[in-house]
Formats: sequence, structure tokens, C-alpha cells
Amino acid sequence: MTELLEQQKIAPSEPEMIEKVAIVISKGSLEGIYPGLIMANGARMEGIEADLFFTFFGLDAIRKDRYDKIKVATVGNPGMHLPTWVGAIPGFSALATRMMKRQMEKIDIPPIPEFIELVADSGVRLYACKATVDMFGLTIDDFVPQVEDIISVGEFYERAAGGQIIFT
Amino acid sequence: MTMTLIADAPVDVDAEGFLTDSEQWNEEIAQAIAAENGISELTDRHWLVVRFMRNRYLASGTAPSIRALGKESGVPIKELYQLFPKGPAKLAAKIGGIPKPTGCI
Repeated sequence: MTELLEQQKIAPSEPEMIEKVAIVISKGSLEGIYPGLIMANGARMEGIEADLFFTFFGLDAIRKDRYDKIKVATVGNPGMHLPTWVGAIPGFSALATRMMKRQMEKIDIPPIPEFIELVADSGVRLYACKATVDMFGLTIDDFVPQVEDIISVGEFYERAAGGQIIFT
Repeated sequence: MTMTLIADAPVDVDAEGFLTDSEQWNEEIAQAIAAENGISELTDRHWLVVRFMRNRYLASGTAPSIRALGKESGVPIKELYQLFPKGPAKLAAKIGGIPKPTGCI
């Protein structure tokens, strides 16, 4: 005979709200940069505190000379569903970037320079990774004015204390 | 959806307290929702944002994005967050008696 054991009931409790996030942007392609910006902006829209930490090629998103020239990666990107050699055709990345930007504009997602301004105005603090800055031989003057500081990994963790860390 | 009393008026709200019927809204309800969400007094600047959100929703059926709010409401992004620290689009929608904005931007 089978005996049915009664499952222990756990009192329903409200899940805790996220109050703070620190988002790392490590890639320099259009599709590598946008998710972090959208998540940072979305956090602020929910009243969540948000920091952005740019590292490696993610620094392109805050470099004065590059942040308006970010392109979709058409080579080595299986999401393109195209043979690699097609993605390598000169001008193909520019074309894919134009198409994606047009689609984004349609759903009201701003271009990267405007998005950087939007998140900074929303209270997101922007930081550049010290190790990468040193490696590339950059200074704070290479970055857009919204960038608050160049900080080490240790300082990043200090600032992220008490929050969630998201790596993109 | 539940029925509740806000500023002595019976209104239908969702689980998060957003009015589900924008027709049931009035200015006293707006004041009461604002007070409950940490805004003790709605200034002219608050009203500008709340009315922009509401009118845009009533005209188009969707609440504006934060980008549109910053560009077109007459209140810049920085000030929006000073007025509504817990999220301008969300809170202005709640105070304005329209559903919670569903967009990601």
C-alpha cells in the first residue's frame, strides 16, 4: 500500500527587491554594449541604483573617438546565421549596423552616445577599468565627460558592495 | 484585479496598485497615490510629467518611453529622477492613473 506523505508547506513570502546593481560591459560591438546599457537604464527606471563598469573593448562605448562608430560584429557571430566569409565582405558590418540601428530607433532605443547621456542623467555612475586603460595607454581625457573615474577591480567591488553584479 | 478605496473613491487596481481603468482617475486620487509613494506634494513640475504621461497614453494607448519623456515632456531626465526618485515613468504612470509602462526603455 502506498502512503502519501504530506508535503511540508512553506509560508509564502515576498521575494526581496533588488536595490543595487553593478553592470560590467566587456565587449566593444553594438550587440555587446547595448544589453548592459538597457539593463542599467531599466534598473534606474525601477528605482534601482546602478553602476556601469567598462572594461577591455567595452571601453569603446565611452571613448570620445569611438562611441559613435560602434558596429555589429558580423564575423565570428553565429547569431548572424550567415557564413563567416559573408560577414567579412567589406562594408557588410556597416550595413548590418545601419539595419540594426534603424530597428532600434523604431522601438525608441537611442544610439550609443545619446544612451550614455541618458543613463548618466538617470543617475547611473560610469567607470572605466584601470587595468585596460593602462594597457591601451589611455587617460581620462580619452573618455566622454559622463565617465566619473578610472577605477581598479578592487574599487569596483567596493562600490558594488551590497548589490548584484552583472557581467556582459 | 481588486477594488480599493483611494481618496474615498472606489477604484480598480492591479497587484502593484496601478489603476486598471483610467476613467476612474481624478486629481485627488493622484495626490493620494503620490503621498503613498513618497511624494508628499505634487508640484507644477510633477503635474507636467503626470499629465504628459496620461495624455500620451490616452491618445496612443501606450505610455511613452523614458527617452520620449525626457525629450518631449518639457522636463529633462535629471529633473525627472529628482521629482520621481523611485522611477519617473513608473511612478508618473501610477499617479496619472494609467497602466504600468511595459516597454524596456
